[in-house]
Order: sequence, then C-alpha cells, then structure tokens
Amino acid sequence: MKAAPFEYSRPANIDEACALLAADDGARVIAGGQTLVPMMAMRLARPSRLVDIGRIGALSYIRDDGDGIAIGATTRQQSVERSGLIAERLPLLAKMMPWIGHTATRARGTVGGSLANADPAAELELAAITLDATLTYRLAGKSVDTPASEFFLGAMTTALPAGACLAAVRFPAWPEHRIGTGFHEVSARRSDFAFASAAAQVAVDEDGTCRRIAVGVGAVTESPLRLLEVERQLTGTRLEDSKVRDVVRGALADIETMSDLHATADYRRRVAAKLAMRAILDAGAECKAKSHAH
Amino acid sequence: MRTELTVNGATHVVEVEPRTTLLDCLRDNLRLTGAHAGCEHGVCGACTVLFDGVAVRSCLIFAVQADGVPITTIEGIAPGPGELSLIQDAFCETHGMQCGYCTPAMILTAHALLANNPSPTREEIVNAISGNICRCTGYAQIVEAIALAAERMRGANRPAEAT
Repeated sequence: MKAAPFEYSRPANIDEACALLAADDGARVIAGGQTLVPMMAMRLARPSRLVDIGRIGALSYIRDDGDGIAIGATTRQQSVERSGLIAERLPLLAKMMPWIGHTATRARGTVGGSLANADPAAELELAAITLDATLTYRLAGKSVDTPASEFFLGAMTTALPAGACLAAVRFPAWPEHRIGTGFHEVSARRSDFAFASAAAQVAVDEDGTCRRIAVGVGAVTESPLRLLEVERQLTGTRLEDSKVRDVVRGALADIETMSDLHATADYRRRVAAKLAMRAILDAGAECKAKSHAH
Repeated sequence: MRTELTVNGATHVVEVEPRTTLLDCLRDNLRLTGAHAGCEHGVCGACTVLFDGVAVRSCLIFAVQADGVPITTIEGIAPGPGELSLIQDAFCETHGMQCGYCTPAMILTAHALLANNPSPTREEIVNAISGNICRCTGYAQIVEAIALAAERMRGANRPAEAT
C-alpha cells in the first residue's frame, strides 16, 4: 500500500498548473487527494508527476453572483457543508453535502476534485447535473465554460481536455420563494458509495401547484441521470403521491442500469425509483411546511 | 524533497520522497508512532491526525503536502508529561477501548468534533466517528466516552459561580 515514485510540483496559479500538465502526459492534478491517493496506494494510478493545486488561494471561494453561486475548484467539501450562503441559496446541495464520504475526507476533499473524478455515485456530480451547473476549466490561458450535461461523459470520464484544469463550478440559484428539496441514498454503511441516490428540488406557487421541478438519480447509470420527462410531466400538478409514483416508474422503466457485486441492475432500478419518489414527495412537503410558516 | 513539518508545536526539517505519506513520515522519520497504519488507503481511519485543527487521514496526505501546516498527533494532546487530556481521561473512565489500535484516532476525531460542536447529540457523535473503524468495542463505550468528555468540557468552561 505505498504509491509508486512520482515528481511533485506546487504551482502558484492555475496557468502554471496547466503548463505542468501540458508538459507531461503522465501528470495528474492533486487537490484534496481523497480519491487519487487511495488509487495510488493500490497502484491503480501511477502518475509521473503530481501537480498540487490545493494551496492556490484564488481557487478556493464560495461567491454569490446575484443569480447563482460560484464555487472554486479547490474549495473543501467541508467549507460548502458549513456555508450559510450555500444553505440559503442552494438548499439541495446543502442537504447532500453531509452524505459525501466521512468528516475526515470532507475536511480534505475538494468540490472540483470530486467533479473531475466523475464517480457515478458522487453526490456532487448528481447535484451538478440535477441543478444544471456550469463547469469552468482553464486551458492554455483561456477559460472554457461547459454545462454539466456535456461535461460528464460516463463513469470516471469527463470532457476535460488533456492539459486542462478545472477552475470552478457555478450553480444557478432559484429565485422562487417556496422551494423544497429532497435527497435520499442507499449504501451498505454510513457514507459508503451509494448503490442508488436521488435528488429533487421543487418550487410551488400559493395554491400548491408545482411550478418548477428538477430531479436526478445517481449511481444507477454511468453518469447521474436528470429525469427531464418526470420534470415535464409533474410541472403543473400538485405532486400527488400516485401521480409521482407512476411518472417516476415510467421514466425509469426503460433505462439501462448498472449491475455489480453489490447491487443488480433490477435492484438499482427499483430502489432509484423509490428514492426519486421519496425525494420529490419530501421536497413537496417541505414547500408546504414553508407555506404554512409564512 | 526538503519538507518542514510542524508537529505538536515543534518544527522538524525532513528529507522525504514525494511518495512518502504523512503517516509514514510521522512514524518513521519523527518516531511518532501514535498515528497507526491500518489500511493505508483511507478506509479505516486509524491514522487520523489533526491538520490545521481538523481531523484528517494522514495516509491520504503526502508529507510534502503538509509542508508548513500545523499538525497535532496523539502525542501532543496531553497537557503535560504523565497527564491525560480530558478526552483521554473520559476514554479510560468509560473503557472506550480494548486493543487500543483505533484509540488515538478516535480521541483526535473527538477533539476535532468537540472543538467545533461542544454539545453534540448521540447522532452527531456517531456520525463523527463513522469514518473510524473499531473491531473490538462495538462503539458503545466510545460514544459514551465522547459524550462524557463533552459534558465535562462544558462544565469546565462554565464560570465558577454557575457550577
């Protein structure tokens, strides 16, 4: 359980990091290292050079830009988990953060690291896809924006070109007042990798009609899946239990789900549907509770 | 690579390969063997140390990344030689250990929790130690130890007339 030898660099800024990455095909970025280091310990990854961006202060921030929140790539997951701004403006993301790894890994793990790693079970990737985030990377001195729907190409695969370094992710914040969120996941032990997960955010108007809804399921397909058809069919409804159940089941019926030692494809489909229903119904109930409080 | 480590208040200059983990560096170069090597890939939590005050896994940090960052190991927790910290004391009192392999990490995790949350619920304590594996105790006395330590720390911080 010892990593193979490598060179180590700590660039002062992201462009220097990109130059180091461009100069060496075997170089990898390290920020928190909570996924990369175990891979290196098991010799599943053998980078020739680690480019440590973990201390580039300019990449660590949580900023409100009016209609969205931008989070720098090296922002620690724990900072997002504890941020009042995130709790207020991105309630779904706030709800999902404590589910990422354990306290000790969130203390080191970064937002950008998890997104660039693109694990199908990662909560941050599910949040980015469900909430329509935009990812920004730096390449050869230029910044490039990519919507989450085009950034994640499959399990552990992203659209990041060679020599590029992820710089930030921006989540649009919903302007509606009555917003509710729901998140559920199933794993073998607390904070282990999910077998299935589901996230939902809804906005309702005064009479309880769903005006806007975003739903996604994670860990069941190669990349988390946004359930656009569910969103279309539930917009304008009052999110009745039976309607939600039918629409979600229908949407997941034809999806090819992953299968492994821990959870079969059928199991994942069944559980994902159940969790998505619960997430949507929870989100609806949260809206109602807020309406009563007003 | 020349690396400056600040551990338990003392600064050490070490020469390490970049691939040397902070855990191996603490144990082999500095002879601080309280951080234990369990799984060496971030699963068991036995190597937990405080890194700038927060509990982290020292097997998932290369020593070169720790350059200049204040680190606390179990050896730096007691207030003085021959003494125990309040949390260590609570672990002894409630028998929050058996073989002791996970204990330094459990205690440091408890330190990080209580520094941030002086009145954790049982659920919050369980959550905090969920990344630390203990194969002996069944966790009950560990949770009890942390709750006892929290109670005493709250008492210790209260003004004299209120106690």
